[in-house]
Amino acid sequence: MTVPLALLGLLEREPSHGYDLKRDYDTFFGRGRPLPFGQVYSTLGRLARDGKVTGQSEPGDGPDRKRYAITPLGRQEVATWLTEPVAAEPYLQTVLFTKVVLALMLGRDAAGYLDAQRATHMRRMRELTEVKRGGSLTDALLADHAMFHLEADLRWIDVTQARLGALAEMVRAS
Amino acid sequence: MIVEAREVSRSYGSTVALREANLSVAAGEVVAIMGPSGSGKSTLLHCLAGIFTPDSGEVWFDGRRLDTLDDGRRSELRRTAFGFVFQFGQLVPELTAADNVMLPLLLGRTRRKHAERRAAEWLERLELADLGGRRTGELSGGQAQRVAIARALVTRPRVVFADEPTGALDTLTGEHVMDLLVGLAREEGATVIVVTHDARVAACADREVVVRDGRVFDPYATGAMR
Repeated sequence: MTVPLALLGLLEREPSHGYDLKRDYDTFFGRGRPLPFGQVYSTLGRLARDGKVTGQSEPGDGPDRKRYAITPLGRQEVATWLTEPVAAEPYLQTVLFTKVVLALMLGRDAAGYLDAQRATHMRRMRELTEVKRGGSLTDALLADHAMFHLEADLRWIDVTQARLGALAEMVRAS
Repeated sequence: MIVEAREVSRSYGSTVALREANLSVAAGEVVAIMGPSGSGKSTLLHCLAGIFTPDSGEVWFDGRRLDTLDDGRRSELRRTAFGFVFQFGQLVPELTAADNVMLPLLLGRTRRKHAERRAAEWLERLELADLGGRRTGELSGGQAQRVAIARALVTRPRVVFADEPTGALDTLTGEHVMDLLVGLAREEGATVIVVTHDARVAACADREVVVRDGRVFDPYATGAMR
């Protein structure tokens, strides 16, 4: 749900055409997943319908071009969004926890699963470390964000591994 | 394999630190040894480096049995073929950065002029050219660790052993120190074995093993990552 707000934010910087918005979005936020043109224009259409942007047609020889500008309502929405923290994820409901509990419940190798998961996480950490070495500052900061989340998972894997015996007793007793 | 532990066990009194631990490291590899506190990872590093002798099992370096060498020959090997970086640098605080870097060369009877030149080169590679005359007790944690890296690499070791080299540093400083350690070791063709509990540090390595309750789990050897 960040695409409309990211486009609004880019428009708060300066009025722009859809093409320029897409280019800026891809540069700052795309990270290998460019925003389709169709989504840019459909999003701008909805923002215009809701009174958050205005689109001014510009005459010319080519196809009809619109220059979009943010409205006071759109500005207010961006301001609110930028001050609201994102809800914390309920990590204990994640697939990792479910797999460990189910493995213990079914008498499978939960420790082996955690070891394999740690190795998979570490492989991703190495890939992101490479991205940081060769990339721009924005690449590095985005990789850092992903790495800190992976680190949180890795700490959870270590703590769970250390408590696996107690967790197994609890799961089997219930 | 340049470094190998075969079925290595080691105890401190009644506490078992390593239980038949196995690890093989190829020349030029960068390997991280991970694990919780007290898991035995530092004991494994010390056994591999010939600082501790195992109670049982074998340690090999470059085709030679290390654990059966006498103390004198092991010390010589540590001075000539190995470099060490520890968590708190273990530099001599009263000496300057340049003197600390020169120390292993002078102990190996390198002429002082030559040692001075080599130390200056290494301090420059570690971005410390202006700090050679500064006492290491006056340096920041990150600067001191860079001096420790220069000291570890100045003898052109075959293997660098690092024990929690960024443990006392913040994230960005630690990252810079690891980049320098791994980057320069690779340039020199040195093998690096680094003990760490920090996933970011381990991510600078080619692969990691985990020590748990004195046993080594190697996801690449067991096929978990094939």
